[in-house]
Amino acid sequence: MAAGREGGGKRGTWAPWALMSPAVLWLTLFFLVPVYFLLRTALSNVDFVGNTTFAWRWHNFSEAWTTYNSEFIRSFWYGALATLLCIALGYPLAYVIAVRGGRWRNMLLGLVVVPFFTSYLIRTLAWKTLLQDRGPFVSLLRDVHLIGANGRLLSTPAAVIGGLTYNFLPFMILPIYVSLEKIDLNLVAAAKDLYSNPWRAFRKVVLPLSLPGVFAGSLLTFIPASGDFVNASLLGSPQTSMIGNVVQGNFLATVNYPSAAAISFVFMAIILVLVLLYARVLGTEELSV
Amino acid sequence: MHDANFAIERGEFFAMLGPSGCGKTTTLRMIAGFETPTEGVIRLEGQDVSHVPPYRRNVNTVFQAYALFPHMNVWDNVAFGPRSRKVREAETKKRVGEILEIVRLTEFAKRKPAQLSGGQQQRVALARALVNFPSALLLDEPLGALDLKLRQAMQIELKRIQREVGITFIFVTHDQEEALTMSDRIAVMSLGFVEQIGTPEDIYHHPASVFVAGFIGSANLFRTHIDRRSDTETAVSIAGRPVVVPATDGDAVIAVGAPAIVMVRPERVRVVMAEPQNSSTGVPCTVTDLVFQGPVVRVALATADGQEVVAHIGADDQLPLLRPGDNVWAGWEGDAARLLPEPEPGRAPAEDSMIQPTPSPST
Repeated sequence: MAAGREGGGKRGTWAPWALMSPAVLWLTLFFLVPVYFLLRTALSNVDFVGNTTFAWRWHNFSEAWTTYNSEFIRSFWYGALATLLCIALGYPLAYVIAVRGGRWRNMLLGLVVVPFFTSYLIRTLAWKTLLQDRGPFVSLLRDVHLIGANGRLLSTPAAVIGGLTYNFLPFMILPIYVSLEKIDLNLVAAAKDLYSNPWRAFRKVVLPLSLPGVFAGSLLTFIPASGDFVNASLLGSPQTSMIGNVVQGNFLATVNYPSAAAISFVFMAIILVLVLLYARVLGTEELSV
Repeated sequence: MHDANFAIERGEFFAMLGPSGCGKTTTLRMIAGFETPTEGVIRLEGQDVSHVPPYRRNVNTVFQAYALFPHMNVWDNVAFGPRSRKVREAETKKRVGEILEIVRLTEFAKRKPAQLSGGQQQRVALARALVNFPSALLLDEPLGALDLKLRQAMQIELKRIQREVGITFIFVTHDQEEALTMSDRIAVMSLGFVEQIGTPEDIYHHPASVFVAGFIGSANLFRTHIDRRSDTETAVSIAGRPVVVPATDGDAVIAVGAPAIVMVRPERVRVVMAEPQNSSTGVPCTVTDLVFQGPVVRVALATADGQEVVAHIGADDQLPLLRPGDNVWAGWEGDAARLLPEPEPGRAPAEDSMIQPTPSPST
């Protein structure tokens, strides 16, 4: 038996590498190489027509932060709010589908994914139509005096955060659903048997066991939501501009590639730190269950 | 579930035994509070708890697959119940420590369930329930997930723990050997009915029905009619031979002329060459098959009218040299036979399972 396992181990030494190599090759070509060029660009000088020359210009990074710190902070703030809203909306929905879905489960999951059949851009444009000043929402909210007679939804932070929440909600629901669906319902029965009322059974058993899903969903929501520029440019105003819009502007409008590249790097670095902090808070131990 | 009316004594090791689908797990879940009886009541220490939710009932369950909380270590699993009840932390600590001692898991307290063997997980499940000092501990096929060797060891272990804590154990099993080994009393169930309740000896030697006789151990069942009856004995005929069955306590009263079934355990059947005398009775048979099974030789016989008879012959018994086709007598002492009523339609085991070899407990 031990000998057989030994043999299996030896045969297994090259197999994982062989299985990994296509993806490693792909990521090397299309991720590492571009990152290298991006880094080169970020350290370059730019002349008035947009030509770049490599110059170890570390100053670009500090400049990116000092010039655009309000956009940075706004991006992470909007991303975090959208993520929280996604958890608040997505967790109960995923819970109902996973625990009470029964034979409707697959259909309900299908409905969650249905919006993906239309393009992201079209969906956001549809939101723009819904939220416009003479649209149904605004008139309803004006009628019940929730917003003033000249109040509007479009071009407000609420519209941008709402759009982000709407667009990334499925990325929150699906991982939470997967982690909830894996939980053995006997564990809930056991908790109730051990004198826990339903709420305590949820807090002590279901919630901790579903945290890996919440964590995965948060990453899938927070990272793209913070870096998003579509929602801010279609639903927002210059006052709600996010870091994605700044990068876009630097690349396409002012043709300042080094600045755009440096902003991207600062953004990546901050995201990385935030994600690591978040993993610390949620507890890495739960992630291995 | 149909009529199931029984009382379980405090401190008793009580088994509900039956084939799958007989209602034993449903009964257990009703006692635990996961299901509500449509009729009747469940009383716990005299109080009607039929509509009390599980978390307010003073019973605890050991689940079939243990249902240990995978994100908690052994200690936290065991401490879950006391903490739910807001027992003071010092008291919880003392109780958890004690119970881990009893189930011999003290040095595993910091491990997660996934890092334990099946037998250890089983003991954690036990400790997690017992730490609450429940009025009754419910065990749903507690040993079903373990292999044969471990299961036999755990049977003895469970019995030891039960004696040590003195808590009522109610456990559900389909394994008759498990029930016989551990229980003080057994309720044999079938199709939502309780067929019989009694001590293991009672149920084995004095089964109340054909179902019980066939489900616990194996049984030879002869279909017959009552010819005559008195206070001390009943006369019937098997394969055309008159056979007398002495009366015992708790016999069903069967009218003269009514159909009845005579049961004899295979280990009580003797294979002899001449007609049995004195207190013994017997029927002439033909040998159909001989199988060596280790402790016993299983001799299959057939009466003249085609009824099958099985005899288990031990090594110390005198076994004549037999071949299939030999004409012999299947004999037994008078008190080895037991008279059973004809099963009601729909409740009889299938004809071909009337004589069943001891179901092997290995799964």
